[in-house]
Amino acid sequence: MEIFDIFLLEAVLNGLLLGGLLALLSLGLNLIFGVIDVVWICYAELIMCGMYAVYYLHVQYHWPLIAAMAAAIVMVALLGVVLHQLVIRPVLSAEPINQLLVTGGVLFFLQAAATLAFGIDFKNLGVSLPPVRLGEMSFSAARLVAFGAALAGVLGLYLFLNKTYLGTAIRAISQDRAVMPLMGVDPGRVFVITSAIGGALAGLGACLLVLQYDVHPAIGLSFGPIVFLICVLGGLGSMLGGFIAAFVFAQFISVGGFFFAVEWGYVIAFAFFIAVMFIRPQGLLKR
Amino acid sequence: MIGEYPLHLMILVLLWGYIYTSWSIMGRLGMVSFGHGAFMGIGAYSVVMLWNHFGLTPWLGALVALALTAGVAVLIGWPCFRFKIVGHYFALVTLALSEVTRLVIVALRDQTGGSLGATPNGALTEGATLAPLALQASSKLVWLAVVFGFWLAGLWVWRLVDRGMGRLALQAISEEEEAAASIGIHVTRAKLRVTLVSALMTCAGGVLYAQYQLYVNPDTVSGIAISLQMVFGVIAGGMFVMLGPTVGAAFTLLLAEGLRLAFGNRYPALDSTIYGAMLVLFIIFMPKGILGAALDGWRRLRNDPA
Repeated sequence: MEIFDIFLLEAVLNGLLLGGLLALLSLGLNLIFGVIDVVWICYAELIMCGMYAVYYLHVQYHWPLIAAMAAAIVMVALLGVVLHQLVIRPVLSAEPINQLLVTGGVLFFLQAAATLAFGIDFKNLGVSLPPVRLGEMSFSAARLVAFGAALAGVLGLYLFLNKTYLGTAIRAISQDRAVMPLMGVDPGRVFVITSAIGGALAGLGACLLVLQYDVHPAIGLSFGPIVFLICVLGGLGSMLGGFIAAFVFAQFISVGGFFFAVEWGYVIAFAFFIAVMFIRPQGLLKR
Repeated sequence: MIGEYPLHLMILVLLWGYIYTSWSIMGRLGMVSFGHGAFMGIGAYSVVMLWNHFGLTPWLGALVALALTAGVAVLIGWPCFRFKIVGHYFALVTLALSEVTRLVIVALRDQTGGSLGATPNGALTEGATLAPLALQASSKLVWLAVVFGFWLAGLWVWRLVDRGMGRLALQAISEEEEAAASIGIHVTRAKLRVTLVSALMTCAGGVLYAQYQLYVNPDTVSGIAISLQMVFGVIAGGMFVMLGPTVGAAFTLLLAEGLRLAFGNRYPALDSTIYGAMLVLFIIFMPKGILGAALDGWRRLRNDPA
């Protein structure tokens, strides 16, 4: 075997692109956990709703793609607020495991409701971007777009959290839930805004995923678990940790899939996750 | 004589009741596992694969499956308990385990048939209703007797755990792990013991499921979906009373079948939609589940007969 393998390099670079997308997906979940201290098990199902929104607005109602995507982001952001107000708020003081389980119930509900409303068939957006060639390697343009948008999303959130008053309030709440209300920050309001941002990030993720994958009611199960494990691997609530973990995970999946079959890439990534949990239960970076 | 369909329903209720009971044995002691799909998948697939590829009788296959399950349970459980991985971290680590199991089954598609699932080679000769060596029986009454036996055994184990010192120790652990350790409870050992019991029982449930349905599929016996199904079945019924998991199994099955009979197949996912919404409501308003809430109500009624 050659020392320098062009296809291996392609796998590594594809892993990098996948990592960007996974980083964006884990970002919203991490933000929610960091601020509200609740894991949205149904996060991937929110993304599924966003994908359906883009599909129906663009394909059925002939909206321009950009408008459909913008509308989908707003819709999922609203969905995040509804989820918080209806489901999370009543269990805020319940046991953590109940909070985890209640969003699991939402997962079931959204998945089944999507089956009921849209049927189980795979729906394709019908937008295909030409592959980008670089020497002998070829990359999907959709992945490149997703990578760029994901980085922009990460950067945007970083600036928001660090440069605005509201962002500062959100960070303050995530650091000390007990004292901040005394300083005049209304946690209820911060929670709602955080839920909206988390939802909007899920909506952005949906726009990027729908360019690459067909949407169907069970699609959440295919990447939902990975997104959680990335967040936990990085240290739940640590956005930087999640960011790093996303790229580590993506390399395992991409390069593992290059040497073996795709599923083995995932198996290796999950086994790595379990091993890390034993060595560093708090994740790579502690919040 | 009871018809085939009600018999089938009874078998499924008892079989799932048994599996849910197995899950609750550790779940109610503060160890909420999302990984029981792994144990069920190991049970179902080991037996079917050994039978199909090596002609090994499921009786021995089940022993292999149980040994494998015990190995996996210790491999995951020991470090988790040793390093104090609890609460939703425990749930997510075990979630990874059940996904690993599902993915390994799919990845070994040359042997397992991948996502299409697999069928154990038929052993019933023309006219025969029972092939004891292959653990196959066409008579539903035989199956009813078998799953009833397992279900009773499951309740008996629940009772044993409930009456034993171990339960008090584990309850102490689930409330305050450090304090429990400080009064001399060997936390790791106590947790591991109950995990092993629960995992082995679930594995046996997987074997029964495969031999009864004569079909296994990675998505229906392992992975996140089946693991969540167990957790939610138990929550719906009630985690802290002995018959709660069985009530959960009966409730979910009868809800699905009832809606199917009422609406036919026009609305394929109506039952799960209603079920999902009810789960959310249960966890918010009735965290003790159907049976738990009913018992509470009954007790209140008896205590102040106003």
